[in-house]
Amino acid sequence: MGPWGLQRGGGRRGPARPPAEKAAEILMRLPKKGSVLKKRLVKLVVNFLFYFRTDEAEPIGALLLEHCRIAKEEENVFSISFIEEPERKYCFECDSEEQCREWIEALKRASYEFMRRSLIFYRNEIQKMTGKDPLEQFGISEEARFQLGTRKPESPGLG
Amino acid sequence: MKLNERSLAFYATCDSPADNAGFLYKRGERHTAYHRRWFVLKGNMLFYFEERESREPVGVIVLEGCTVELCDSAEEFTFAIRFGGAKSRTYVLAAESQAAMESWVKSLSRASFDYMRLVVRELEKQLEEMRWGPAGGCGGCQGSLSSWKPKPSGRTSSSEVGSTGAAVAESTSTFCQLHERYGREVAQLRQGWLQRRDPQL
Repeated sequence: MGPWGLQRGGGRRGPARPPAEKAAEILMRLPKKGSVLKKRLVKLVVNFLFYFRTDEAEPIGALLLEHCRIAKEEENVFSISFIEEPERKYCFECDSEEQCREWIEALKRASYEFMRRSLIFYRNEIQKMTGKDPLEQFGISEEARFQLGTRKPESPGLG
Repeated sequence: MKLNERSLAFYATCDSPADNAGFLYKRGERHTAYHRRWFVLKGNMLFYFEERESREPVGVIVLEGCTVELCDSAEEFTFAIRFGGAKSRTYVLAAESQAAMESWVKSLSRASFDYMRLVVRELEKQLEEMRWGPAGGCGGCQGSLSSWKPKPSGRTSSSEVGSTGAAVAESTSTFCQLHERYGREVAQLRQGWLQRRDPQL
């Protein structure tokens, strides 16, 4: 196992597990013309997908996972594209359909916007059931970003 | 490190509502002069533009794993975004009023993805408990909630819970690099564009 960054907190997780929310070696192809699939270490951290050469500690690049579309392509393959350039696809070939499905699920939930929509949904559900605003305990009930109906609806199918 | 800059710039300037926006003075890295910039907070990304009308940001600060604190400074209404880690960097900003400073400190300190996730999990838990009772309640029932729940997976669920803090700690230095690189690359692109437009430059 390579040195995936600094170990904080004194070996909480042991050396075998890399400190990212989800990480795997996956074949990746950039949207550039003539690009080929290359083995990369791909790491999901909050709403960023970092990708590394498999033996390097510093990432080659990062994708911000906002306003993007995660789509299943052919067998074992999924793609990430951005709504302003839908034909430019970053392709990822997994080892199995199961791995492919897991990554699609994880990436769809990885955006801040998804998180926000979940929060608003739960807030509304709890408020309907109890008549109380669950965000009051956090002191954030007045924040504009959590108000129902202040956001433009996203197009269907976007992550 | 490459970044999907066009997407970043698009996200910064598209018409999705910002969580906060306004003029702030940003202290330079090498020289301590303050520059007035237009700041836009979207999610966990703090973009800044040279002018309010600028078509693309000159930089971005990713607000993960940072602390936001007031500053003891000769300048009024200053606060700092502080990152830990080996390549630590502190961004010192100054607002134009007490109210603006307080509003920014509040929104920035709660802007992280991690914070949102914490709140969402707490609400998820509350909803579960209300619908099915505290742990050990009605079993075998499938509610509409199940579609929102992260799928339990032997490989990822424990790492998700345990490693978030460290993932953030490890990645903040990467985020600082990301910020540095993005600012430089935008400046280079703009320089190239200006030169093509006016070869005398």
